[in-house]
Amino acid sequence: MKDSHSLAAGANDMLQARARLVAQIRDFMAEREVLEVDTPALSPCANTDPQVESAPVSLTLPGAPGPATWYLSASPEFAMKRLLAGGSGSIYQICKAFRNGEQGRRHQLEFTLLEWYRVGFDHHALMDETAALLRDLGWRTTERRSYRACFEASFGFNPHEAEPECLLAAARKAGFAGGAAAEVDKGTLLDFLFSHGPGPKLGLEQPLFVYDYPACQAALARLRPARDGRGYPVAERFELFIAGLEIANGFHELTDAAEQRRRFEAENRLRQARGQALMPVDEALLAALERGLPDCAGVALGVERLLMALTGATSIAEVNPLAPPERGSDS
Amino acid sequence: MASYNTNDFRPGLKLMIDGDPCSIIENEFVKPGKGQAFNRVKIRNLKTGRVLEKTWRSGESVEAADVVETKLQYLYNDGELWHFMDTESYEQVAADETAMAGAGQWLTGAELCEVTLWNGAPLSVLPPNFAELRIIETDPGLRGDTASGGSKPATLETGAIVKVPLFIEPDEVIRVDTRTAEYVGRVKE
Repeated sequence: MKDSHSLAAGANDMLQARARLVAQIRDFMAEREVLEVDTPALSPCANTDPQVESAPVSLTLPGAPGPATWYLSASPEFAMKRLLAGGSGSIYQICKAFRNGEQGRRHQLEFTLLEWYRVGFDHHALMDETAALLRDLGWRTTERRSYRACFEASFGFNPHEAEPECLLAAARKAGFAGGAAAEVDKGTLLDFLFSHGPGPKLGLEQPLFVYDYPACQAALARLRPARDGRGYPVAERFELFIAGLEIANGFHELTDAAEQRRRFEAENRLRQARGQALMPVDEALLAALERGLPDCAGVALGVERLLMALTGATSIAEVNPLAPPERGSDS
Repeated sequence: MASYNTNDFRPGLKLMIDGDPCSIIENEFVKPGKGQAFNRVKIRNLKTGRVLEKTWRSGESVEAADVVETKLQYLYNDGELWHFMDTESYEQVAADETAMAGAGQWLTGAELCEVTLWNGAPLSVLPPNFAELRIIETDPGLRGDTASGGSKPATLETGAIVKVPLFIEPDEVIRVDTRTAEYVGRVKE
């Protein structure tokens, strides 16, 4: 019997599909002896990345004179790296991640991440393993293309070596109306061009791994010189696209504690310049990196988005019957 | 100068883009993984009617367009401009040929029209959906032909020309859908 409290048509099928997907992921990891872990969702530290806003929560700790600001985890990455540095071996986790201010057809304030780390893997070996997971889920084949090749197919020039003026001119032509030229950094222009140019056309026929990102998009990936002999650095990072949707993001992980500290500090400086709140740096992670993170690659995969790709849904709300309504958008 | 933050973006919001007033049709939050968040917006230029896509970084501010949609009463045409009046404040505004975009051919006087004002001046005018107008010129009616489905041109008192069924006579008043410029029916006097 249907009443206003029963699930919409198809919602029950979606619950079944989700449960099946999560069970398949756990089977896949168990077969490969990747250990399931569970890391805290609350932390006194947060991500310094200016593009990620951690959600603050006010907590009162026993014996404390007043409430303290902690943060809901925007990603389990730092905590999982501490486990890796402590000798856990390869690990995975399926958990909630929280991103303040992100809500749209493809974004939710809270979403489910599958994140896994493979000791001794580089980003290509991890792409192989991700492709094997996709095979188990029904995608028979996948392909790989460099960021540069995807970018050049849309814009006709090499993004790694392009001058900012060239990027800005291409962005303006494609409808970029943001800010004055001087205040728009290369990373923003590349984000705009890639997400508005090739992005929606990637992985239409089969899942596509895009790899070797521009150095300014490295995040927590290692840098190495490009293989075309021209010497510019590329980031050992990859993303998985299915039907124009970004599904996963992976790195050949940075293990250099000093370099990691520099990146955190640079991000907090950028936050300050943009008038954003500074985030408390995760000293426990830096200490763990100093003790030594094993050579590893890690990838974070959006479970709702993978479910969208599996079921042909066009919004996260379609795969999550209890998703809060969208604001500020028509769809 | 008034402005809107991208967080305020929603369909129908009026912005100034490259010097022209525009209205948001669609707003989408776009965020590449590990990257900058954007608001990708489909907008209609209210002067040209053209639809274009623009993208701002989320959090940026964009100049607001002083665009107001209001109901005004049509008064008269002075040969060049069409004059309208706010029936509460009695304030008058005049619309030129561009703003009228053919709307004048459905107006005889006293109709309440949807007028879009930009900085107080008419940008566009929508006449009522239906107009009742007298035919001043058409071929004589073919009596009894109510079934053949044929049509003929008829010139209305405002100068508009519409297709009417063959049985319609000169000097009859007909009802016209102003959105499609199609004959709807006779008006019995």
